[in-house]
Amino acid sequence: MAQFKEGLLYSESHEYIRVEGEFGYIGISDYAQHALGNVVYVDMPDVDDEVTAGEEFGAVESVKAASDLISPVSGTVVEVNEALENEPELLNKDAFANWIIKVQLSDSSELDNLMDAKAYEAFCENA
Amino acid sequence: MNNRLYGNLIFELSKEGRKGYSLPKNNFGAYEIPASMKRAEEAQLPECDELTVVRHYTNLSNNNFGVDTGFYPLGSCTMKYNPKINEEMAAQPQFQNLHPQQPADTTKGALALVTLLEKSLCELTGLAHFTFKPYAGAHGELTGLMTIDNYHRSRGDKARKKVIVPDSAHGTNPASAAVCGLEIIEVKSLANGQVDLADLERLVELEGSSISAMMMTNPNTLGLFETRIPEIAKLIHECGGLMYYDGANLNPMLGACRPGDMGFDVMHINLHKTFSTPHGGGGPGAGPVGVREGLQEFFPVVSPYFGNFGVMMRAYAYILSLGREHVKEVGPLAVLNANYIKESLKDVYELPIDTVCCHEFVFDGLKDKSTGVTTMDVAKRLLDYGYHAPTIYFPLLFHESLMIEPTENESKETLDGFIAVMRQIAEEAKTNPDEVKSAPHTTPIGRVDDVLAAKHPVVTYRQLKAEA
Repeated sequence: MAQFKEGLLYSESHEYIRVEGEFGYIGISDYAQHALGNVVYVDMPDVDDEVTAGEEFGAVESVKAASDLISPVSGTVVEVNEALENEPELLNKDAFANWIIKVQLSDSSELDNLMDAKAYEAFCENA
Repeated sequence: MNNRLYGNLIFELSKEGRKGYSLPKNNFGAYEIPASMKRAEEAQLPECDELTVVRHYTNLSNNNFGVDTGFYPLGSCTMKYNPKINEEMAAQPQFQNLHPQQPADTTKGALALVTLLEKSLCELTGLAHFTFKPYAGAHGELTGLMTIDNYHRSRGDKARKKVIVPDSAHGTNPASAAVCGLEIIEVKSLANGQVDLADLERLVELEGSSISAMMMTNPNTLGLFETRIPEIAKLIHECGGLMYYDGANLNPMLGACRPGDMGFDVMHINLHKTFSTPHGGGGPGAGPVGVREGLQEFFPVVSPYFGNFGVMMRAYAYILSLGREHVKEVGPLAVLNANYIKESLKDVYELPIDTVCCHEFVFDGLKDKSTGVTTMDVAKRLLDYGYHAPTIYFPLLFHESLMIEPTENESKETLDGFIAVMRQIAEEAKTNPDEVKSAPHTTPIGRVDDVLAAKHPVVTYRQLKAEA
């Protein structure tokens, strides 16, 4: 069964963000990796790219489907998880340990629009 | 493969120096090809005798599965039977041997056929004009969107660069819009699978003056009839946009209702779906685009010729052989067949939206999820029983989508046979799940590793040799 990790914030499009000060680590939830099945490719932005809350910043491709990655916050990409280039299956192994991009947040008030683990779990149950 | 030897790759059957031809003695002397035009190394071609080549490809073709071999319920694709009379008509040498550059006064019969087909399609769709130039459904979508874009620009309305598509749309809709340089806005679906009118109103209010068009499929991707088209068309037309109808799901509408009457301005038809011409991997197809009166002057030039004429001939043969009377039975029979399967299986497969469907419907996997048997496993197991698998994992609205479209051609016995096998697989999922999870067992190639295939595709003999 899917894990709903505490301490993270979640979006309705199944991304999570782990906030550390002015930075946030963005990835896909364990629920999302379960739904996608075996991930075979992760399309990531470049460092210094701008991301906007609610807009696409990349894509995850599995054997079942290709799915856009939607950023939960706005900001600047300061790091991408390069390990995913050769080992996209890391998302299936541990979606929470393997974040996709690290972003410098430009508006931390956007975090208020996201769900905590409990709310997200309830959201997934009703999906 | 019937015979292991001939089932090898053609490269593996190659013997150096073996030939399937003999050339007469050269009496004209040697001609040296200029070095600049010569390839650097010899072409690595297989060398086989004629009989080996024939056996290899004949054995290979025996592994094919088509609608002439068995039931092919591939949802969203309308894999209907292609009546043989279509082929007979298209094979007439007077038509078959036409050349696209032939003088027009020698091709009047062919031109007349194009006009007659256009008239038939206009009558069936309620639109006023068709262009036959597009070579496929997606090409038709692009042509249709370019037509709409030309129309807006002709009025100096250059800000209309956004296209609304439902979240249940075929992937080609946003893709075509993007290729046309347009931006995509998604409108949500309601729990009943239909377009959320409130969300559409919000989008129109927000973006009204930048909306170029709304693209819709009706029945939609869940096989459900969109009942609010008049209100949707009104909203889009009032803000200055046009309505685009994706003809992928036209089949159940044949004889029942017409996109033109519902308020659609532009549409494409996949002749290879609704009008029984062969499906090819991207061709030979035809995606004619129809428009309401006044928009025909905005058709872009997407091909120098009239389009895929052989396909048009087959479609016209299909329309004529059914006639005005029987073409009306296509839609209702397709709908009846789909509902018959749906109702016969919904106690063992999960039916997320339990309502009357049109030509196709979507299950969300097996009802009993505790066995761990997935939609992929069910699809693979169907191959063991001699059925082509339905469309799986599409649409994305559900996790375990299994999309079934039987078409109007199938007999009750065929449908009953399929239903019995689907029920048996559901039973096997409980009693012998490993058998289902490791299927197929009877096909020439068993369960393939799709992760490896996606991550590390080996598609040439050279690659294969390098791997070994």
